[in-house]
Amino acid sequence: MQINEALIRRLAQLSKLEFEGEELAHIQQDLSQIVRFVDKLNELDTSGTEPLIHIVNEVNHLREDVVKQEITHKEALLNAPKKDSDYIRVPKVLS
Amino acid sequence: MKTYEAIIGLEIHAQLLTQSKAFCADNAAFGDEPNTNVSAISLGHPGTLPKMNKKSVELAIKMGIVTHCQIDKHCYFARKNYFYPDLPKGYQTTQDKTPICTEGYIDIKVGEYIKRIGIQRIHLEEDAGKSIHDQDPFDTLIDLNRAGVPLIEIVSKPDMRSAQEAAAYITEIRKIVRYLDICDGNMEEGSLRCDVNVSVRLKGETNFRTRTEIKNLNSIRNVERAIEYEIQRQTQIYEAGGTIEQETRNFDPVSGTTSSMRTKETAHDYRYFPEPDLLPLQIEDSYIQHLANSLPALPAQRYEKYTKELKLSDFEATTILEQKEISDYFEELVKVSQNPKQSANWVMGPIKTYLNETATHIQQFPLTPAHIAQIIELIIQDKISTTAAKEVVFIEMLKNPSLSALEIATQKGVLQQSNTEDLKPLIENIIQKFPAQVQEYKNGKTGILGFLVGQVMKASGGKANPKLVNQMMQEALN
Repeated sequence: MQINEALIRRLAQLSKLEFEGEELAHIQQDLSQIVRFVDKLNELDTSGTEPLIHIVNEVNHLREDVVKQEITHKEALLNAPKKDSDYIRVPKVLS
Repeated sequence: MKTYEAIIGLEIHAQLLTQSKAFCADNAAFGDEPNTNVSAISLGHPGTLPKMNKKSVELAIKMGIVTHCQIDKHCYFARKNYFYPDLPKGYQTTQDKTPICTEGYIDIKVGEYIKRIGIQRIHLEEDAGKSIHDQDPFDTLIDLNRAGVPLIEIVSKPDMRSAQEAAAYITEIRKIVRYLDICDGNMEEGSLRCDVNVSVRLKGETNFRTRTEIKNLNSIRNVERAIEYEIQRQTQIYEAGGTIEQETRNFDPVSGTTSSMRTKETAHDYRYFPEPDLLPLQIEDSYIQHLANSLPALPAQRYEKYTKELKLSDFEATTILEQKEISDYFEELVKVSQNPKQSANWVMGPIKTYLNETATHIQQFPLTPAHIAQIIELIIQDKISTTAAKEVVFIEMLKNPSLSALEIATQKGVLQQSNTEDLKPLIENIIQKFPAQVQEYKNGKTGILGFLVGQVMKASGGKANPKLVNQMMQEALN
């Protein structure tokens, strides 16, 4: 796969990130490297092999439907860069 | 003009009635103070591990059973990646390739016909938090109480052909989830949400044309309006020689129109991949059987019973079945009163009026089915008139539920005189008092009977049983 500028712009848009100038060249190089690595793995013929989704054989790791209050409202907002007494605040999404 | 037909498919999101969230123990309640029902998991902190709520799996399987789906015995979760502030993890945990239920159907009733609507899949997933855009001029406010609340998404096949069919389908799904306590079905509060896919084509065409998806539909009426508008919009574009673009459209309830939200070019690419942090579900046949055996009677089954066994009309049965709690109350009332017709009259009449006027739910209704059954018994025994039952006994009982219907009727003096010995002198008296009218009756002007009965009623102070007086008067005159 060719990592061109259009693809990077599309990925940036999906991740709400921005790359300009030197950064753009840098990320292009990084992504190309990782994709080359995966392409190498893809050389292996895996047709007829079931995909391995989980590496353990366990199933049904379930919990009972019981409420637990693990942290306080104050703790919840502790790491938010911008907040008021109730809400986490982010730059306007819709106007 | 050429005839077009609409192709409609619905995606319904239903919040599951669990106590805690899908993958962590936060309270799943609606309406609490913002950002109080959260934890490291729902806030999307790195290094946290989700753990699946048993109850949400149970509810999803129940929904699959009653909609005749196959239950996938081995399914796993996936990450649906997109970036939005109310989704702190950066992905929604959902099911992509292995939905828990597939290939089912429900039957809907549209006016006089019954139609089978296919269900393509039902899958488990989690809700996102809530973004509030209109409270602050500069910031969007984020409340993560809803983040991680369990949902099922019910995806229909594109089997509906009109807005009415779509409305009947949602109504039926909502009834089912309410009867099974899967979801409270509240569209205004968003615990049941609906996205609609609409395309139109010329009648007789076999391929589907490009569809649009409409979001932001918070009532069944708005679903109907949005579909009607969209059918008209697409038809006009085709008629003018244009083409439809695949896009997501937003419904504006004020104008009743839809407008473009995002087109294919700006659409998301969700880059699904299997969720490594959650182990797969393995569902045993015995567990499915166990759940199937525990299911209560569904609205469709109750409808059969009401119309066939209890001999209610279609209208009565449908009205009573609209709400599970009302229907439960009705069933209890039939059990104690042994009179389905009267029970239906009371539930649909005075009880419903009371609930509407006081804006309360049947759960808060102060009178038990046993209370109402007492009133019904007095009516059947001709001890009180239906009018006195509704206007006096029922109203007084609401004020004082500890009194029996008979006590109230006695106290208020509305007991009817149904004793022929007591009524006889009254009737004879009236016959003597109005000889002219009696003669008219005997001459064949039988319409005068009402006047004579009225006089007896008046003389009894309104307490005589009118049916009996009517009968006795006729006998006396003939």
